[in-house]
Amino acid sequence: MLTRREALLGTATGAAAAAILGSIIATPALAQAGAADIAGLPRVKVDLVAPPYAHPHDQIAKGGPKVIEYRMTIKEQPMVIDNEGTTLRAMTYEGSMPGPLMVVHEGDYVELTLVNPEANEMPHNIDFHAATGALGGGALTHVNPGEQAVLRWKATRTGTFVYHCAPTGMIPWHVVSGMSGAVMVLPRDGLRDENGRPLKYDRLFYIGEHDLYVPRDENGKYKKYGSLGDSYDETLKVMRGLIPTHVVFNGKVGALTGDNALKAKVGETVLFVHAQANRDTRPHLIGGHGDHVWEQGKFANPPAKDLETWFIRGGSAGAALYTFKQPGVYAYVNHNLIEAAELGATAHVVVEGEWNDDLMKQVAAPGPITTN
Amino acid sequence: MKLGSLLLTTAAVTPLLALTVYLPFQKPDRPVTPTMTSPATVVVSPGRLAYRLPGEFLSAERPVDAPENQIRFRRSFDIMAYQVSAADYALCVSDGACEAPDSAVDRIGNLPATGVSFRDASAYAQWLSGRTGQSWRLPTDEEWAFAAAERFSEEVLDKDGGSDAIARWLARYRSESEAARGRDPEPKPQGHFGANSNGLYDVGGNVWEWTTTCYRRVALDRSGRIDTSTDNCGVRVVSGKHRGYMSFFIRDGKSGGCAAGLPPDNLGIRLVRERPSMLSAFKALWRGTAG
Repeated sequence: MLTRREALLGTATGAAAAAILGSIIATPALAQAGAADIAGLPRVKVDLVAPPYAHPHDQIAKGGPKVIEYRMTIKEQPMVIDNEGTTLRAMTYEGSMPGPLMVVHEGDYVELTLVNPEANEMPHNIDFHAATGALGGGALTHVNPGEQAVLRWKATRTGTFVYHCAPTGMIPWHVVSGMSGAVMVLPRDGLRDENGRPLKYDRLFYIGEHDLYVPRDENGKYKKYGSLGDSYDETLKVMRGLIPTHVVFNGKVGALTGDNALKAKVGETVLFVHAQANRDTRPHLIGGHGDHVWEQGKFANPPAKDLETWFIRGGSAGAALYTFKQPGVYAYVNHNLIEAAELGATAHVVVEGEWNDDLMKQVAAPGPITTN
Repeated sequence: MKLGSLLLTTAAVTPLLALTVYLPFQKPDRPVTPTMTSPATVVVSPGRLAYRLPGEFLSAERPVDAPENQIRFRRSFDIMAYQVSAADYALCVSDGACEAPDSAVDRIGNLPATGVSFRDASAYAQWLSGRTGQSWRLPTDEEWAFAAAERFSEEVLDKDGGSDAIARWLARYRSESEAARGRDPEPKPQGHFGANSNGLYDVGGNVWEWTTTCYRRVALDRSGRIDTSTDNCGVRVVSGKHRGYMSFFIRDGKSGGCAAGLPPDNLGIRLVRERPSMLSAFKALWRGTAG
């Protein structure tokens, strides 16, 4: 008998059920669009781009629905997650934290080839929150080292959505080891404001936030492990305390600061896509705002206006549109400031352009106190 | 403050008065018995230094580079050849005179003491003075810059006769980003970063050094002279690869740094030894006859 827990975790019986599900989905009679219909659609092979950017894409779809083909290789690798050389036994899609952003349009089909190379230690899969059925595809993509699987799903809902690994019995560990990313399904006619007027962006910044849990030794130093398996027990103990040792954007403290700071110009409109697969976060742009914010990330809902801080629920991705009005260095943070300043959740946007005295002016520079 | 140390600090200013006060009354309540060999020092010879004052400078309400001053060092001074080691700092801790570091000390790696605040550094100087019978103190930023010689670098952001505040801000961000490139904040054994022309080891490595110089905000007049200035001694200058400003209680610069700036990798200690003054020479003599 298939218990709820087994179904959720995709354990042995769950996997068997998944095989049945797979055969159901392959049965043409039950599918909305026949295999022949889909076979007739144009196919586009898209190369993924490493975060914090997205692969080239149209904001307004050209032509009808397509099948968008992606290929992602799972990479298990040690990754340095701060400036002190702390090393995480990471598990990743395509070697990056977060996994790359996929951008498609409503009605398109995403066809993903998920590759788990022989050299890896662990089985993996992928659960797309944007996809419908079979644990988001998790039940149909369970690949052991040396295997690959191909999953096709239809983008029926618009918005930003998380994807993550959800393998047998070890879901949270895979997720907090780096295995999450996001998909953005755009409306075919692009983004709209609350009155239905079109919105567009000049740049897209894709921020994947991870809470990480690295065990320490008796002297308080972060431990390094020779293999994923070695790290599992102690990492799980730290995870169960629910207090992360690192909260990072793009896999590392400072990954989006200094030389790697994001860049924009005054007058440019930026779409920030922010994904957090595990834990709540609250992005805030210090010195700026969210002009139009899809806090829950779903474009069928009108965007909220003029937000100071927006809430991204753990297990979701949100989107915020902002037009820069002043030059300078902006900090884009998780506005739990302890997490931003002490645990790592800070990015910088370096903005060039002309200062607007009307919006802000230092009337008197700091100096001795005068009485008058 | 003990009478002894009070006298020592005032000695340089009023040696004769100090002597007259000191002699008739009492011996120090804890006689100074040197129990530790004096750390290796190098002599920094007299000379001149082109130097921009630390702090923040405003001209016509806009931030500008500090004016360059010519500073003359009339007398040579002694400064530690190496930064204070973690092992030596641990001795101060075990004597109960210094606070224990936040993380375990590596006693075998010959590492410099790191994770120390201005308060810790000052406590160490006082303790070392007691243990060696010499007078040790933190350097001023001028002394540090002079001793650091070719390893002292000043931030010059105004190019081509000035720039606006935002351009300065972006320029500073870029220069700090560049400086951060490829850095390795893991403390290295003493001597790892080599010696400068004065024989000081590890200057401008990955351990910044506390100075006594206070953070200062200065408004310059049209001629570039100081119009008004405000000192904040809750914040001291830390010197290293670049200048930093840290609150006196911060032990880990990574946490205590400002939001958009580049924090020091580590905070450590290098002390100046005061030359024996007439007073201390006399004191030693007196101790020899009366003690």
